[in-house]
Amino acid sequence: MSEKARDKDKVTRRDFLGLAAFGAAILGSIGTLMGSLRFVKSDVYAEESKKFKIGKVENFPIGSTKKLDEKNVFIFSDDNGLFAISAICTHLGCIVFPAEFGFQCPCHGSQYTKNGDVIGGPAPRPLEWFQIQQEVDGTLFVDAGKIVPQGTKYIFA
Amino acid sequence: MKNSNDIQNESPSGLAKYKDNLLSLKSSFLGSFLRSGMPTSDKSRTAVVVNNFFLHLHGAKTHINTLRPSFTLGLGIISFSLLVIAFISGGFLMVYYSPAIETAYNNIKDINFVVFGGRLMRNVHKWSGEAMIIFVLLHMARVVYTNSYKRGREFNWVIGVILLIVTFVVNLTGYMLPWDQLSYWALVIVANIAAAPKELTDIFGITQYFDIGGDTKKILLGGTEPGQDSLTRVYLLHIIVLPLAICTALGVHFWRIRKDGGLSKPDAIKSTGNGVVNITPAQKTGGIFPTHKTYGLMELAKGRTPAVDNDVENTVTSWPHLFIAEIAIFILTLAAVIAYSYFVDAPLKELANPMIPENPAKAPWYFLGLQELVSYSAFMGGQGLPGLAIAGLLMIPYLDREQEDIGIWFSNRQGKMIALESFVVSAITVIGSLAFVINFGWFRNWWPNIHQLWIIAINPGNLLLGFVVAYSLWVIKRTDSTRMGAISLFTMFLVSYVILTYTGTVLRGPNWEFYWSASQWPIH
Repeated sequence: MSEKARDKDKVTRRDFLGLAAFGAAILGSIGTLMGSLRFVKSDVYAEESKKFKIGKVENFPIGSTKKLDEKNVFIFSDDNGLFAISAICTHLGCIVFPAEFGFQCPCHGSQYTKNGDVIGGPAPRPLEWFQIQQEVDGTLFVDAGKIVPQGTKYIFA
Repeated sequence: MKNSNDIQNESPSGLAKYKDNLLSLKSSFLGSFLRSGMPTSDKSRTAVVVNNFFLHLHGAKTHINTLRPSFTLGLGIISFSLLVIAFISGGFLMVYYSPAIETAYNNIKDINFVVFGGRLMRNVHKWSGEAMIIFVLLHMARVVYTNSYKRGREFNWVIGVILLIVTFVVNLTGYMLPWDQLSYWALVIVANIAAAPKELTDIFGITQYFDIGGDTKKILLGGTEPGQDSLTRVYLLHIIVLPLAICTALGVHFWRIRKDGGLSKPDAIKSTGNGVVNITPAQKTGGIFPTHKTYGLMELAKGRTPAVDNDVENTVTSWPHLFIAEIAIFILTLAAVIAYSYFVDAPLKELANPMIPENPAKAPWYFLGLQELVSYSAFMGGQGLPGLAIAGLLMIPYLDREQEDIGIWFSNRQGKMIALESFVVSAITVIGSLAFVINFGWFRNWWPNIHQLWIIAINPGNLLLGFVVAYSLWVIKRTDSTRMGAISLFTMFLVSYVILTYTGTVLRGPNWEFYWSASQWPIH
């Protein structure tokens, strides 16, 4: 390699400091931008708890179906126990209603089986199933923040 | 001492000067306001444009081609007039509106039913905003078809596309403010479209580490479901962020029109003096400067002076020729908006109810084309395809760089034929593919267990986009002209948008099923 070529490749002190300053400015800008975006993603949501009480087991005789309108949850009861299925369509968040085949969404025509599996329309995922638990006094509550595998049914005394 | 007294006697006393100034207040104030006197000669007409903050956005002289109504159809000025109308009427609405979910709906009801002129004001705001979408699209069409995105105007086209997007978003955010059923369910749908990348991250199983869709939705809503925080954010976007973005982008848009030499025009254009415009061959000139000598810094910096071309003789003073046209268009636009608003009311449904979705739950009409696409895949229809369409629009001036036939509608005879052909072909294709999907459904109806990835990859929306791109490439190959490809691509974009929007608006009923008209909808 000739003397000149090596000189050309060499990073001078001026270049190094200039690049370092430039890089620091870019990094600083990205950091500031991310921090600003983090600001608008709030840590506290002024929303109701995802857990809600649904009363005693006696409210749900075997074979019954209840829709909790305010919570957008269906509570079913069959021989294998209680289970809670979300009424919120996984496509774009409309509220599904019961149909012969299972559930129907009014917005873009998504259709689900009684288990929540998609059988038509644009929905990308099955309807969510939620956890049901029992408090010490026997009251049941649904935790819509906890999604359980399809087919999870609960038997309570 | 005596000397200075003499001097005082010769000049008027302070009070006399004061009196003279007071008497000449009117003329001295007008003089300071106008600076160059009344615009009665060509010189003072030029000076009034140069000296006035609001007018100096224009050139002192305007090319006759710019004033040809058949060239611009006034579409840009109409769009700007609508914006001004929307800004002013929006300011009035803010007097009574407060963005709280408890009061917002009642505020709108008060505006509609109690406030003097309130309903008209709200209608004017609503319709001028929505008309902007139509006229901005038409304005874009004019720019494409007259080949006006070239010779330095490439970046201004990019700003124009940004303005189109902001126009859409500002309309959408306004739609959410009344907090009625329409607002609420539009917000739900939009938030979930924002969350649609979940479809992709779910497939790769990385949603729990990198949930970009879910995070965007939370940032938009200020929570996990629509509530007070969502309304606050939407309001902030609607009245501060987006209007500022519009003003900034529009300022640059206007400024660049001047810097790029005014509106595009054919290379040679000549007025015969009695309003007839003929196109003549360009006059050749020599020297390092194309047409004339100059010592102006602007010419040395840019290589040419702004707004000057080789046919200076074909310009007229902007005052009054241009301003009269602009004011006339503004007045006609205002009259049309008020007349329409007098007869047609902006919709207002029941108070937002999170338990009962509208059936059908429809987005505002300008997004119903997209809603038709999201009924295949939320991710592709809501983000992928619009993103690609916008990218395609942005690239038009960079992929078509042919410099001939600028400023002429459809460039030439071939351009007209290509536009017509693309119109017919895309209309048939879009209607055909919609008819196919409506009659036979899509993958999920045939194979219910099909993987979501297949639907994201292959759905009618993607196929349509692929067809449009392939067809315009074929046009380029056949005609040997990228310009013809641009005409074809834009025509097909416009036709698809219109047909999809029409389908979503008129032909879709409850459960997003197909009906020829709303009168056939089942009665609940």
